[in-house]
Amino acid sequence: MTPELGQLALILALLLALAQGILPLFGAWRGNRALMAVARPAAAGQAVFVALAFGILVWAFVHFDFSVQYVADNSNLALPWYYRIAALWGAHEGSLLLWIFILNVWTVALAAFSQKLPEVFAARVLAVMGLIAVGFLAFIIFTSDPFGRLLPMPGDGADLNPVLQDPGMTFHPPVLYTGYVGFSVAFAFSIAALLGGELEQAWVRWARPWTNIAWAFLTCGIVAGSWWAYAELGWGGWWFWDPVENASFMPWLVGLALIHAQAVTEKRGSLRAWTILLSIFAFSLSLLGTFLVRSGVLTSVHAFASDPRRGVFILAFLTIVVGGSLLLYALRAPKVAGGKAFQLASRETVLLIGNLMFAVAAAMVLLGTLFPLIGDALNMGRISVGPPYFGFLFPLLMLPVVLLLPFGPFLRWGKGDTPVLKQVLLRAGIAAAACAIVAAFFVHGQLKAIAGVASLVWLTVGVLLYAIKRWHEVPRGRRYPAEMAGMLLAHLGVGVFVAGVLLSESLSVTSDVRMAPGQTQHIGGYDFLFDGVHRTTGPNWRADQGVVTVTRDGNPVAVMHPQKRTYLRGQVQTESAVDAGITRDLYVALGEPMDPNHIEGAWALRLYYKPFIRWIWGGGLLMMLGGFVCAADKRFRIKRIAESESTEGLLVQENHA
Amino acid sequence: MNRLLPFFGFMLLVLLFGFGIWWNSQHDQSAIPSPLLNKPAPAFVLPKLYEPTQTVSKSDLLGKPYLLNVFASWCVECGAEHPVLEAEGPSLGVQLVGYNYKDAPADAKRWLAEHGNPYNVLIADEPGSTAIDFGVYGAPESFLIDAKGVIRYKHIGPLTPDVVASELKPAIAALSHETQP
Repeated sequence: MTPELGQLALILALLLALAQGILPLFGAWRGNRALMAVARPAAAGQAVFVALAFGILVWAFVHFDFSVQYVADNSNLALPWYYRIAALWGAHEGSLLLWIFILNVWTVALAAFSQKLPEVFAARVLAVMGLIAVGFLAFIIFTSDPFGRLLPMPGDGADLNPVLQDPGMTFHPPVLYTGYVGFSVAFAFSIAALLGGELEQAWVRWARPWTNIAWAFLTCGIVAGSWWAYAELGWGGWWFWDPVENASFMPWLVGLALIHAQAVTEKRGSLRAWTILLSIFAFSLSLLGTFLVRSGVLTSVHAFASDPRRGVFILAFLTIVVGGSLLLYALRAPKVAGGKAFQLASRETVLLIGNLMFAVAAAMVLLGTLFPLIGDALNMGRISVGPPYFGFLFPLLMLPVVLLLPFGPFLRWGKGDTPVLKQVLLRAGIAAAACAIVAAFFVHGQLKAIAGVASLVWLTVGVLLYAIKRWHEVPRGRRYPAEMAGMLLAHLGVGVFVAGVLLSESLSVTSDVRMAPGQTQHIGGYDFLFDGVHRTTGPNWRADQGVVTVTRDGNPVAVMHPQKRTYLRGQVQTESAVDAGITRDLYVALGEPMDPNHIEGAWALRLYYKPFIRWIWGGGLLMMLGGFVCAADKRFRIKRIAESESTEGLLVQENHA
Repeated sequence: MNRLLPFFGFMLLVLLFGFGIWWNSQHDQSAIPSPLLNKPAPAFVLPKLYEPTQTVSKSDLLGKPYLLNVFASWCVECGAEHPVLEAEGPSLGVQLVGYNYKDAPADAKRWLAEHGNPYNVLIADEPGSTAIDFGVYGAPESFLIDAKGVIRYKHIGPLTPDVVASELKPAIAALSHETQP
């Protein structure tokens, strides 16, 4: 009975979303305050019903209700409870439910924190959120019902895809989606501004913290995904330029551009149209990501479901949302270029170059991702471009960003101040060159590694110089407002990230070896002693588990247990063993036994020594932290009280609980 | 006009995606064109399943077209394919070469005894190393190799009566047109 209630809840949510999407827009157009006031209660009501549907599906998973097809397909009696909850987003239908649930969390937050915004503007923003919800709820109800029944009810279910049975993977989708969906807020702000023809730029300041938070979540989600791929897939790689990774990376790049463009628009009034366009693109690319993953237009290791009906639906939705907003942009974007003029050596110029690079990089990734499709369309056969294409073009595009980054904060808005720049160039440049020369001796002249050290020093010194300058020139208490501190943190993160990538890629040692028990391999200064493989079992798997003892100069370092798991339904999954460290990771993965009938004998093993690979994720986390810190700036709290006191706030708070 | 550019750009993208959906509904996604298609088959020397001391090499099989069928006793889908090979094999007009893949010889022999043996030649690749040259990534797979040793057709997954009628037989017919002009 309860699954049907879940379905009913979704239908009611759809009706409320329709009310939230249409009535306030109409009210804002006709100046009808009663209609505008529908937005908040409708949003709250929709959230309640979506949360109910979400809760019902979780309940069905926790209580093994295999009469629900989705539950039977993605869980079984032996699956531990935490993975049963995570199984909710283990496949298509549940992922969409998670998507709409997170959209509602954002909408409720927006409703709660937008009470000081002008009434008309807030009504429009919430209405746009409502319209997005309409599309996704209709998609779930008409093409991807998670509550469909399976009768007769099977005694046990299938299994959750074993690659998803990992702590990193339980956490990755919700965080990633929070980022994806969060761009809907910046999008809604832009659409509301276009509809209202807002002449002032105040709305950009209101939108900024939302964009920063969404971007920070997306960063965190991508870092989690990358770390998972590293730990779980057994190849030791951290990024594969897979279509689905690209789908999350494109909105990230555009979001990054948007964060910086918003700063320019808010402070100087320039780049107004560009900021609006970027907000539309960031959210469009999030939708596009959903489309690419869910429609099966591109096949990929990630693609779970492909049903042409779903593809057509998302494409139609995408066309309406993106096409409609781009048309609106064409009609309503601010006609005058606006803003204050700026000179060549000004902060605007540097930010504009960065923006251009990020946008071009996103376009480059999009082109590469769609290449197989373009090949089909032009009848050239299925061509795909892989890591060589991305790996060559992406660093090339990011090079100017890395080079210019230290100068950005030193430059003033509007006009240039070249003596300071020379000073920075000299100090950071000398420091980077000196460290690079020293490093060259340690890394045996590997150019990539030297470049890694140089860019780390270049970026870090650049950031520190600016921090010191603030310390000297600005009175205590005003030195590092959150916005500034966040920026510095994120920029430090870039340095750490670049160093991690270049150092780990150039200095890694990989060894695919056949090892008999008792044999030792010497890699990267460590001795790996293979002690053989034995059988072990977990809650829903059995595994061949190897024991590898690592020593360095005779001192014990780690005992590692790589596994090759076989899950209940026969799926095989490698669990690599990683000994993590700040300066290096040791990584062991089990390959195949030389003789399948004698697992206690010799095995093919993959041994890696990966220096500084943690820095990649460390840099990512610093960038994420920067985004959050920035958003906490007091300046972004809305001080202005809207024209009228709103009374509906109470309602939202009640439902929020 | 300038401001309409993003819109038109996006519409191009929509056209591309519409095409993609249409294309995917027309084409089998698993049909990745094999890079080996219309290329000479890799050279191999493999022991016979029933007489492991004798070997069969690629050059032994030249001169007549043959269908190389990769199978294994552990492979569930091969069981589904087997009746099709039994029924259609004799009427194909080409030799049927069974390629026993990553299998213990005893298991393979027991399996063939149980299900029947449609193959004219049976070779065994127990370590699965030669199969890598053929780009085999699972069983069953079938390769149609012509008299000159060139791979002319490849099918991944079980041969169904449908596939045999609509793909394999036309491919074989095309071969015989070439050899008897």
